[in-house]
Amino acid sequence: MSDATIKTQPIEVRFRGGGFAPKARRWVGLAVFVVLVSIMEIGTRSGWISALTLPKPSDVLATFKELWESGLLFKHLLPSLSRLAVGAAIGATVGVCAGVMIGLFSYVRAGLVPLVAAIFPIPKIALLPLFVIWFGIDEASKYALIAFGTFTPTVVATYGAVDNVDRSLIRMGQSFGLSWFSIVRKIVLPGAMPGILSGLRISLAIAIILLVAAEMLGAEYGIGAYILEAGSLYDLERLFAGVVILSLLGVILSTVIGFIERRLLGWRE
Amino acid sequence: MDIRLDAISHSYGGTEVLRDISLDIPTGKIVCFVGPSGCGKSTLLRLIGGLERATKGRVLQLGTPPMGCLNPLTYVFQDFALLPWRTVHGNISLVLEDHGIKGAAADAIISDVLARTKLSDFSNALPRQLSGGMKQRVAIARALAVKPAVMLMDEPLSALDSQTRELLMDDLVALWTRQPFTAAYVTHNLAEAVRLGHRIAVLSRRPGEIHEVVEIDMPLEERSHGNPELEKIQKHLWDMMRDEARAADEELLNV
Repeated sequence: MSDATIKTQPIEVRFRGGGFAPKARRWVGLAVFVVLVSIMEIGTRSGWISALTLPKPSDVLATFKELWESGLLFKHLLPSLSRLAVGAAIGATVGVCAGVMIGLFSYVRAGLVPLVAAIFPIPKIALLPLFVIWFGIDEASKYALIAFGTFTPTVVATYGAVDNVDRSLIRMGQSFGLSWFSIVRKIVLPGAMPGILSGLRISLAIAIILLVAAEMLGAEYGIGAYILEAGSLYDLERLFAGVVILSLLGVILSTVIGFIERRLLGWRE
Repeated sequence: MDIRLDAISHSYGGTEVLRDISLDIPTGKIVCFVGPSGCGKSTLLRLIGGLERATKGRVLQLGTPPMGCLNPLTYVFQDFALLPWRTVHGNISLVLEDHGIKGAAADAIISDVLARTKLSDFSNALPRQLSGGMKQRVAIARALAVKPAVMLMDEPLSALDSQTRELLMDDLVALWTRQPFTAAYVTHNLAEAVRLGHRIAVLSRRPGEIHEVVEIDMPLEERSHGNPELEKIQKHLWDMMRDEARAADEELLNV
């Protein structure tokens, strides 16, 4: 060692770890939301956001209140919710079943994976006229559109999740003489559950998008019909009220899935 | 029930991994298989338990499994293979459910095997809450629950640190002393082999052939860490394996 290095002051080692570990920060999401809405409110009131660009959030709230008081809210919301529930339930159930089959059987995989890949990129909205011809202008075509739209992402997420189940656990099941059905029910399905649920998050968001699309064609009541009507009249307050309802629906569904995840996947950290 | 390996050879594609293995695993004895990495000892264990089919030769069961035996050939895996979504109790009841054992009958078996593996207090814990040594004891308890005729142990202590390994070896000896079980025990750790094996089969590197079978007559409970006689056997085994192990280490992996 030379004299120069001996004389230098000790330097504390610089901390360079940490980060890359998301933590739960309550209220931050809400705060961002409140700040954005306040900026909109202040902007529209002071005039630097013109009334044509954005409606006043307080006016949107007033419209919402009016909807509630007149009873129109539930007249629009209930048909929408039932379409969403029926369509998404059919799509997700068929999708999970098909995905599990693809994950378990080589022939099903060879047959269905290319088909799913071919269906996935089709904008389902483009098929709406076809569905109207096949299923009529009533509810059935709306169910079919939503079901079809939720089906493909659910299938892809499910068979990916089944593929990712730890093979050593399956070997263990076989080595203890568990029946094929027991292995699927007690090892494959619980092991695939995390992947299936995160796939369901995406599928349900797509279901909401398609709900509006379906209601834009031949629906008297429904959030989609309400938004479309407001849009064609350039009634921005009502348009935004409708959009807010959809956003809330998305948040609620996502919360419900989060709740299910905590219940079913409590075994993870 | 004895197990007889009758001239077993096995290959994956064009690669021969095992060649002409013949050996008996007698009732109530622990037979250790040692050998350099990649010599096919884990493959041999999968063949014995029927998880894979040998290309040539047969695995024979001599005699009938004892009364009440639910799964004659039962594995204990290196990576424990516990279901992370089931508690300790649930993981053991998993292997009983398919035999129609539920409720009180299952609880009796489970509390018995948990007591034997000193896990009675952890019945409701999830695998992620347990240390490696405890996880492996759960796996051993699960294996005991089906009253196996032969335990097939695939490097059961290799994923554990050396202190835990030492403790678990004592546990296995105590378990065997209380109630002798039959086991095929695969390991690359020679200290484990001389502590637990009544008979040690040394395999050569790929294709694995039996180099030598060493018998150790000293009772398990008298074998202790650093016993000079065992050290001598261990050294003998290592002398036999050293060059093989070095050569195996320098081979390219393409299996």
